[in-house]
Amino acid sequence: MDIYYTKDHEWVRVEGRSGIMGISAYAVKQLGDITYVELPETGKEITKGDVVCTVESVKAASDIYAPVTAKITEVNSALENAPEKMNESPEEEGWIAKLEISDPDSVNGLMTGEKYDEFVKSLE
Amino acid sequence: MKLTPLYGEHKKLGAKLAPFGGWYMPISYEGILAEHRAARESAAVFDICHMGEFMFRGESQELDSAVTQDVSGLAPGKSRYGFLLNDKGGITDDLIIFRFDEKEFMIVVNAATSGNDYEALKKLLRKGDLSDISAETAKIDLQGPLSRDVLKEALELDIGLKYFNFAHFDIFGEKALVSRTGYTGELGYEIFINSSKAVDLWNKLLSDGRVKPAGLGARDILRLEMGYSLYGHDIDGETTPDEAGLDMFVDYEKEFAGKKALLARKAAGAGKKKIAFKSEGRRSPRAHYRILSGGKDIGEVTSGVFSPSLSCGIGLGFIKAGSQVAGDIIISDGGRVKLKAGITETPFLKETTLRN
Repeated sequence: MDIYYTKDHEWVRVEGRSGIMGISAYAVKQLGDITYVELPETGKEITKGDVVCTVESVKAASDIYAPVTAKITEVNSALENAPEKMNESPEEEGWIAKLEISDPDSVNGLMTGEKYDEFVKSLE
Repeated sequence: MKLTPLYGEHKKLGAKLAPFGGWYMPISYEGILAEHRAARESAAVFDICHMGEFMFRGESQELDSAVTQDVSGLAPGKSRYGFLLNDKGGITDDLIIFRFDEKEFMIVVNAATSGNDYEALKKLLRKGDLSDISAETAKIDLQGPLSRDVLKEALELDIGLKYFNFAHFDIFGEKALVSRTGYTGELGYEIFINSSKAVDLWNKLLSDGRVKPAGLGARDILRLEMGYSLYGHDIDGETTPDEAGLDMFVDYEKEFAGKKALLARKAAGAGKKKIAFKSEGRRSPRAHYRILSGGKDIGEVTSGVFSPSLSCGIGLGFIKAGSQVAGDIIISDGGRVKLKAGITETPFLKETTLRN
């Protein structure tokens, strides 16, 4: 299983045609305490770069973008009543959606974990 | 950008800092929700050194002619909230006046408006002596149900003050003013001390394990849960105390600057009306969102937040005077966000330790 990151701080774990997405530890640290997650609809087709959903912290609302082109097969409904899971475990329990990747080429151009760490360092 | 005497401490604590009212202020340390919880359940300490303090030595009648609250009727050792108005009856600032004795007063004002306030007061106070002591005065707020115990143990101060009462105490060899006031709705104190002792006091309070440092992020939620107005958001130079639902802080029995304009505006009928609302769900209403009723745009949100204590959205806003509101209102960002909300009374949070 490979994990990739976008410049907008989403992550996507890819295994064949299956994917799972969320936002990075760096992103949740910047957002602060997350108080609300507007989950996407299951079955929705998303194109890489589109707004998938909105995450709200105490400070602001932020759009979350599709890291790949895919169909949403499941959403993490636990976040509805416990959005703090995103702060506590952004890259595991705080996942947002499971995906069926419809365009495998859309994975191209994403950053590996190592590249993303370098990218984040360059921002600080 | 101005820095408070506690800037170095904030850096050491790893605070997130941001500009506020011309100052570089801590927004949060550990996290806004944890800091909010500390103030509601235990104790939190806030750096409020950015706020302005003036001393006035003179007749109480002189101050009475400048501000809306009854100053002459204020006993020494007590403080009172009110406004400085402009010549249109709008609010130049909200301020608290502390009466030290017959002829000595302290006026506490907002940071961003402090310069304007000083100029306006200089003009209005023809007799007596007004001085700006902001630079040498640090203000540290200790707020929360355990704050009295903390002061007793950390500073060995036995403080029996009632709400809106204050007294002077010796803290680190300095005469410090401790006031039973705050902006959180909990039992708490505002401590005014010489700036040279700010770091010592801050660290002494934090040495008590029950106290957390809290930033302006938590402070904004705490004040909004009580329905308290924030200058520049919920009240401003265009808004009268009457429109803002704060007429009880205006003493109409006396004369004061701006009274004539205020009375004329009241007689003509207020242009807008302040409302408080609760919205459904965890999504936050935010400042500048529109207020809709029956499909019509009737006003604007001035403050909005997700209330961790109530687990719903809460906010303040203004609707056009004479708007007919039947049933629910809708709070909208003009796009996808549409929150169902109901108009309610303040404080939003009713069970607190404010008067314990």
